[in-house]
Amino acid sequence: MSAPLQLDRRSFLELLGGGILVSVSVGADTLLAQDRRRAYPTDVNAYLLIGQDGRVTVFSGKIEMGQGVLTSQAQMLAEDLGVALDSVDMILGDTDRCPWDMGTFGSLTTRMFGPALRSAAAEARAILLQLASEQLGAERAQLVVENGVVSVKGQPSRKVTYAQLAKGQKITRVVDEKAVLHAVAEFKVMGRSPKRLDGPAKVTGKAQYSGDIRLPGMVYARLVRPPAHGATLANVNTSAAEAMPGVTVVNQDGLVAVLAQDPEMAEAALAKVKAEWTPGPAGADQDGIFEELLAKAPQPEVRTAKGDLETARGAADRRFESTFQKGYVAHAPMEPHTATASMENGKLTVWASTQTPFPTRDRLAPLLGLEPKNVRVITPFVGGGFGGKSAGEPIEEAARLAKITGKPVQVAFTRAEEFFYDHLDPACVVKIASAVDAGGRITAWDYDVYFAGDRAAEVFYDIPNVRLRTFGGWMGGTNAHRFSVGPWRAPGANMNVFARESHIDIMAAAAAVDPLEFRLRNTKDERARRVLQEAARKFGWTPARGPSGRGFGIACGIDSGSYAALAAEVKVDRAKGTVEVVRVVCAQDMGVVVNPVGATMQVEGCITMGLGYVLREELHFKGGAIGDQNFDTYELPRFSWLPRIETVLVPNDALPPQGGGEPAIVPMGAVIANAVFDATGARIFRLPMTPDRLRAALARAEPKARSG
Amino acid sequence: MKKTIRFRLNGRPTSLETDEDRTLLWVLRTDLGLTGTKYGCGAGLCGACTVSVDGKATRSCRTPLKAVEGRQVLTIEGLASGKELHPLQAAFVEQGAFQCGYCTPGMIMNAHGLLLEKPHPSRQQIAAAMEDNLCRCGAHARILAAIEAASRAGGRP
Repeated sequence: MSAPLQLDRRSFLELLGGGILVSVSVGADTLLAQDRRRAYPTDVNAYLLIGQDGRVTVFSGKIEMGQGVLTSQAQMLAEDLGVALDSVDMILGDTDRCPWDMGTFGSLTTRMFGPALRSAAAEARAILLQLASEQLGAERAQLVVENGVVSVKGQPSRKVTYAQLAKGQKITRVVDEKAVLHAVAEFKVMGRSPKRLDGPAKVTGKAQYSGDIRLPGMVYARLVRPPAHGATLANVNTSAAEAMPGVTVVNQDGLVAVLAQDPEMAEAALAKVKAEWTPGPAGADQDGIFEELLAKAPQPEVRTAKGDLETARGAADRRFESTFQKGYVAHAPMEPHTATASMENGKLTVWASTQTPFPTRDRLAPLLGLEPKNVRVITPFVGGGFGGKSAGEPIEEAARLAKITGKPVQVAFTRAEEFFYDHLDPACVVKIASAVDAGGRITAWDYDVYFAGDRAAEVFYDIPNVRLRTFGGWMGGTNAHRFSVGPWRAPGANMNVFARESHIDIMAAAAAVDPLEFRLRNTKDERARRVLQEAARKFGWTPARGPSGRGFGIACGIDSGSYAALAAEVKVDRAKGTVEVVRVVCAQDMGVVVNPVGATMQVEGCITMGLGYVLREELHFKGGAIGDQNFDTYELPRFSWLPRIETVLVPNDALPPQGGGEPAIVPMGAVIANAVFDATGARIFRLPMTPDRLRAALARAEPKARSG
Repeated sequence: MKKTIRFRLNGRPTSLETDEDRTLLWVLRTDLGLTGTKYGCGAGLCGACTVSVDGKATRSCRTPLKAVEGRQVLTIEGLASGKELHPLQAAFVEQGAFQCGYCTPGMIMNAHGLLLEKPHPSRQQIAAAMEDNLCRCGAHARILAAIEAASRAGGRP
C-alpha cells in the first residue's frame, strides 16, 4: 500500500484537519465557514461498538444516497476488524452518534473517510488481540482472527470471541503499536462484491427516507412561494386558509406557511392564500444567458501559465479556436428535498435528506438560537443527491416551523419547488485557442473557462505553451446567476472535459490523425494512456481519421483521483436531429477497488445519467421565471435511451482507493459529441445537443462536406 | 366528500372514512402508514408512486380513493410472502437493480403489472413497459436485467 495508508494513524488524522476543506473546493459558503481544525477522531469508539451479541455497530458521518457506501464502508470495517460482513450494522449521518464529517460529496467517502475507518478497525483489532492473548495465555503471534473469533493457531478450541472480550463496552485499552491495515493480497471482504446491504430494505418499501418519518401529531407544511426568482412579496392574505378547519397558518419573519394533517389538505389551504408579488428585473432566457454571463464575468484568475503562447501560435502549422457552451442542469433527484423536524424539551431533531448533516446542524443551531448540542440531524436514506442535497430550504423551514408551532413538522418540496429551488449546475462557457505543429503535436493551449471553475480543466497532454484562466467558479460568486447554483456530480468537470476533449478531436480531425492516436501521441501520462488503450481495446477501436462515418468517439477525463476513458458508438437520425447512443465502453483506473460490482454500478450510473445533460437536460427559464415544473418539459434519461454499457476496471493496486461516483460522467459530453462528429462531420459546441441544435450543426457541416 | 371507502389492501379488508377525492398515494402514505409508495412528481410522470390495482400497475398519485372502492390494492409492502421475497424483489437485490432506492418500489410494482400481463416479455418489451418509470441514479441496465431474470425464474408473478 502506498502513501496515505502508510502514515501512522495519528498523523493521518492530523492531516485531515487544515487544508482539506480548501483542497476539495467544497464551494458552499456554509462548508467553507466550517471550523477548519475539525478532524476525524482518534478514539476507535467513535467508529464502532462491539455488542454482547457479537454484532458490530459502525458509526459514520457519511450518508447513503445510492452510491453504495453503506456497503463499502461495512466492507472496509469488516476487513480490518476481522469480522463477517453480515455481522455489521451501519449508523450513518446521525450527528449525535457519528463522528464529525464535512459531508458526502467529491467522491471522498472511500478516499478520505475510508482510511480513518479502516485504521480505527485495525486499531480495535490490535487491542482485541492483545486482550485475547492475555485471556488465552498465548503469544499474539500465535493468534488468528476469523469472523470475530480469536483462536490459537492450530488449536481452534482455544478461542475467545470479540463479543466476550468487548462485553458490549467501549474499548478503553490502548496498545502502543501502529495499526496495520490489511494489504490487498490479504483481503477477505474488500475487493469483493457482496450484495448491497441496503437491498432487502429498498425492495420491500421498508427503507425510510426523510418523508417517511411519522411522528405523533405531525403536520405537513406548504409554503407560499414566489412565481419567479427576484420577485418580492407585496401583500399576502391568509384569512381564507385560516378559516379552514384543521389548518394552521404561520406568517412570521418572511415565512408564510399553511400546516395541516395531510399534504393534500395543506395544498388546498395554500391554494386559498392570496399573495401579490412585485416582479423582479427582466433577464435572459436559456439561449441569451451565455452573452449575459460573459458580460458579468469577473476578472480572470490565471491557474497555469507556461511557455510563450504568442510565439507558439505564430509559428504553428495550424491554429484552432472554439467556444463551448452548456446550459443550467438540474439535479432532479427522485426524492425531492424533504425534512421532518421535531422540537422536544429544548432539543431539535431533524430528519433531513441532506448530504451534509454536520454542517446542517451547525447552520440550524444559530438560526434557532440553540446550542449545537441541542440540535440533532439524522439522515435516513437519501433518495439521490448528486451534489444537490448539500443545501436545502426545507430543513430550515421545517425546523423553524417546528419551533414556532411546537408540533413536529414535515416540509417536502413538490416537484415544481424542486426545480425552482435547485442549486443548479451553472450555465458556463469555455473558449479555447490552440495550435498544432506539422507533426500533429499540440504546441499551444490557451484555455478560458467562465463559471465552471478549473476542476478537471488541467490538460494531461504534453503541451509546452499553456495558459489556463478561470472567470468565476461553479459557485457563481458574483451574482452572475439569477438562480442558486452549486455542486452537480463532478462540478465543472463535465464542462471542462466536454470542451477539452471536443477540441482535441477537432485538432485530430484537422491533422487527419485517428483521435485515439492523436491523444496517445500527445500525452506521456501513463494512467491516461492506459485507460485510453483499455477502452479502445474493449471497444474494438480501429484507427480512422474523422469523420469516418462509423459514429465512433473517444474521450478521457481525470476526476477525484481516478482516470476514466470512454469510447462510444452512436447513430444519428439526420431528419429528426436525434442521437441514439448504441454503446459506451468505460475503462476506469480508480486505484484499489473496494467493491468491483459497486464501482461498476457507479460507472453505469454515470454513463446513464450523463446521457441527460448531453442530449436533453437544460433548465428552461425567462429572467427569474422557471419554465420547468415537472418531467414533461425537463426530460430525464429513460429506458429507451439506454446504450449497451461495458466497464473495465483497470487494475492499479499500487494506488489507494480513489473516487468512483463521478469520474465516468465527466467525458460523456465529449465522447458523444465526438461520435456524432465521426458519424456526420457535424461538430457540437453546445450542450445539450437538442434536435434543433443538432440539425443546425448538420446544416453547417453540409456545405463543408460538399466542398470536400 | 367524506365517505366510507372499502377495498382490499395487501390482501386485507380495509375501510376508511374520509374524503373520497383524496389521492390513493397520500391516503396510503398518511392514514395507512404505508410509506413504501413514493411521491416523485404528483403528475403521473415518474412512476415512483406505482401500485397494483386489480393486478394492473397504477399511478397512485393520479388515482382518487373512490376509484379503488371494492378493488384489490397491492403495494410494495404486500409483495413478499412473509420473509420470502417476491421473485422480482429477489432479482432486484441479486442484480443490484437500485441505487438510492427511491424509485425502486414503483419500478418493482410496474414490472409486477407487466409480468402479470406478459409473463415472458422480451428485453425490448420490458424497456417499453418501463419507459415512463424514471430513475435518476442510472440503474436502468440492472433494472432491465432484474426484470428479465425474474421473468425467467417464473414462479408466481
